[in-house]
Amino acid sequence: MPAAFDPLAFVRLPLAHHGTHLGIAYHAHGANWAEFALPYRADLIGEEESGVLASGPILTLMDQAASLAVWIRRGAFLPHATLDLRIDYLRPAAPGRTVIGRGECYHLTRSVAFVRGQAHDGDPGDPVAHVAGTFMTTGSW
Amino acid sequence: MVRLPPYAERLGMRLEGDGARSGIVMPFGPSVLGRPGFLHGGVIGGLLEVAAIVALRPAIDDAAVTIKPINLTVDYMRGGRDADTHAAATIRRLGSRIANVDVSAWQEDASRPIAAARLTFLLRRPAD
Repeated sequence: MPAAFDPLAFVRLPLAHHGTHLGIAYHAHGANWAEFALPYRADLIGEEESGVLASGPILTLMDQAASLAVWIRRGAFLPHATLDLRIDYLRPAAPGRTVIGRGECYHLTRSVAFVRGQAHDGDPGDPVAHVAGTFMTTGSW
Repeated sequence: MVRLPPYAERLGMRLEGDGARSGIVMPFGPSVLGRPGFLHGGVIGGLLEVAAIVALRPAIDDAAVTIKPINLTVDYMRGGRDADTHAAATIRRLGSRIANVDVSAWQEDASRPIAAARLTFLLRRPAD
């Protein structure tokens, strides 16, 4: 069995990957959820005229939040890969604002984890995006 | 001429091909890494969306029209390895207000996609 999963120890690991490259950082977590923050950056703009963030970084934010939520709920670090992810873009994030993404793991089977989540730019009651997806354990890295 | 947004340029994405056959290529590197040795799922989705917009822009052929993504559904089929990743789109329907686009991403072999996505876009014309 893998060692018990400690989300705070995990997010403190000095890992460099796509998420850290975009400036995404741990924000908060609970029993079956995790939040990451994506600070606004000009080099992540998707539409130059409006200055709105590209949706790719928001997808990465949500993928990471949901992924951590799965390990928290499982209580173990089982390597997994995203099987599918759907994102609804409810409205553009306001330029200049940090986007907070919360992922929740609402069901687990032995190999599949079901997740959902929302992203907001200041008010959780006025989200910018909604996601639903699944992760599949890979057995090994 | 289609210009890639700052997000795409930051990650080294480039246009490849021309006209109806155009697509996007993205190099592998630390900035797109997910779990060790594999592309991050988020950047694969980002690449698919950029490729969809790049295909839509010339098909709409009116710079005044804004293209807003409504949603994106990605299926991840294989891990993305240390290689260039290509993405190309097929426009399923181009209406006056909605566009439906399918996009596929692959590495060595286009018949072995690493991911595919379905996207819905809202098109806003100046007269609206």
